[in-house]
Amino acid sequence: MSARAPLDRDHGLELLRQMLLVRRFEEKCVELYSATKIRGFMHLYIGEEAVAAGAMQALESDDAIVATYREHGHALVRGVSAASIMAEMYGKLEGCSRGRGGSMHLFDAATRFYGGNAIVGGGLPLAVGLALADKLRGRRQVTACFFGDGAVAEGEFHECMNLSALWDLPVLFLCENNLYAMGTRIDRYESQTDLALKAASYEMTAWSVDGMDVLAVEEATRRAAAEVRAGSRPCFLELRTYRFRAHSMYDPDIYRSKDEIEAWKQHDPITDLIERLRAGELIADSDVEELERSIAEEIDAAIAFAEAGTLEPVAELERFVYAEGASA
Amino acid sequence: MTVAPAKTITYREAMREAIREAMLADDRVFLMGEDVGAYGGCFGVSKGLLAEFGQDRIRDTPLSESAFVGAGIGAAMGGMRPIVEVMTVNFCLLALDQIMNNAATISHMSGGQFQIPLVIRMTTGAGRQVAAQHSHSLEGWLAHIPGLKLLAPATIDDARGMLGPALADPNLVLIFEHGSLYNLEGELLPEGGAVDIERAAIRRTGSDVTLIAYGGTVATALTAAEQLARIGVEAEVIDLRVLRPLDDETIIASVVRTQRAVVIDEGWRSGSLAAEVSSRIMEQAFYELDAPVARVCSAEVPMPYPRHLEQAALPQPETVVAEVRRMIGLAADE
Repeated sequence: MSARAPLDRDHGLELLRQMLLVRRFEEKCVELYSATKIRGFMHLYIGEEAVAAGAMQALESDDAIVATYREHGHALVRGVSAASIMAEMYGKLEGCSRGRGGSMHLFDAATRFYGGNAIVGGGLPLAVGLALADKLRGRRQVTACFFGDGAVAEGEFHECMNLSALWDLPVLFLCENNLYAMGTRIDRYESQTDLALKAASYEMTAWSVDGMDVLAVEEATRRAAAEVRAGSRPCFLELRTYRFRAHSMYDPDIYRSKDEIEAWKQHDPITDLIERLRAGELIADSDVEELERSIAEEIDAAIAFAEAGTLEPVAELERFVYAEGASA
Repeated sequence: MTVAPAKTITYREAMREAIREAMLADDRVFLMGEDVGAYGGCFGVSKGLLAEFGQDRIRDTPLSESAFVGAGIGAAMGGMRPIVEVMTVNFCLLALDQIMNNAATISHMSGGQFQIPLVIRMTTGAGRQVAAQHSHSLEGWLAHIPGLKLLAPATIDDARGMLGPALADPNLVLIFEHGSLYNLEGELLPEGGAVDIERAAIRRTGSDVTLIAYGGTVATALTAAEQLARIGVEAEVIDLRVLRPLDDETIIASVVRTQRAVVIDEGWRSGSLAAEVSSRIMEQAFYELDAPVARVCSAEVPMPYPRHLEQAALPQPETVVAEVRRMIGLAADE
């Protein structure tokens, strides 16, 4: 096992910036939702930021990403601009999916971000196929597939574990275990709650990681991605995390105790990282203040961009039902 | 210049030649599905291809329809040109999430950022006494979905010629091969190549009634047309070929000429492709009609095993003839 790289100031600040951006972006989304600027389903990643921020460090620009409907964080950390994501949430033409997908369906071909998939487990076969294409073309690329613990109960999960291991496909399965499939706790829907054990039964390397610790996530994901890339083999990480907010904006959150939520909030990945960076004397209070200031500016600019955006003309409603132009 | 002689070939062989040609022409093309390799394909279509192309390109899959159909979608998005074989349309229900929620939505939902140049082939239809879980014609369900293209080759030429253009299409194209057609024999010119995948075809011309069919029911319609000719009724037979998007122009032009139409569909009547075709005729040619559009569909039952009940459930030429007679006011003994 490789030792964890010593944390330096610049990298620590970058991880902090990414997690803070996701946190503040979503906090603003809640306000905008209340103001009815954002509609539909919206699922917040608050509390789970360390997973996307840590995992994305291991990916190269030509790697592919498949995500879920709780994917604002993944898109932001991957480098899809806050402005184009916010415009998407507003349903504006300038959004990353032309305003047609909304919160759950962020797509961005430029960063190989293959969506926001809102069918639990539905992204896994896509990831397997993207990896199959890479393998058949001899490209040493990784497809990172994020999904939640709830997906593990879907048949598609088992089909894809088996197929990717059987065919030696370069998929990095990143299971964000926040302990709840919507409102049902994992021990009430899984006969085996050790998810890494389940994945390992398909003959792939699998282990569990503290998903609240961004450095632990980064270290594990780098190791797993290196294994996937070098061996053209799938790998599975269970990232143990927790969402601090309800499942969606419609969820009254009556199935968890306040004490349980508070206990997890004591392990806030952002405050934990700040404390660690401070303890190592790598950052000062002013660094955090500066980050907060620049992120607030970025989000304000994103909102202004979304507000100024245009609505897609109704005349274009049927565009792209079928692909336009010849096959690439 | 010498013209190469036409050769006799089966529908199954025509399909195999189409796959071979596509694989030779483009190294992004590969075939995957249950038993397509070592077994040679459940219906023998891919026999010999594993030996010729190897297991990277002729891929036997586990019985995981959702995973391998979804993997086909992902591989298509990743730059490949996959051909996925689903053993029968009945099993594609296990992959419907991938077909509907991914393949049919991603182009539109992403604002046109991604294409899905994927072909899925599947067998459809009844007539072989394989009972209620292997016999249904679910094309109508799939034809309901915007974003998909559906083809139903009913001839040797179409079996040979539809795959190439389908692979060149940037959308998911579903090809339905009626199980009763695999042993169909016919002549194919050696250079027999791509056919259009946009238009319906007139398989027989006639002036008195238009019989509209696709896939396995094209033969039913042609047989009915022969029987009708014996009583002096000339039927035009349209083979839809393309089930989505429908070629309204060919259908309507024919109905305007004949002023009568019978739609023959192996799917169930309620909510069927026949219902869609009938509606379009009503919408676009109502005042040209001499009689209401008639439909001959499968009985609304799960397909039974015994031959007499299966045949009773399926559209028969005699039923088509009876409908036409009723339409034009001929008594049963005339």
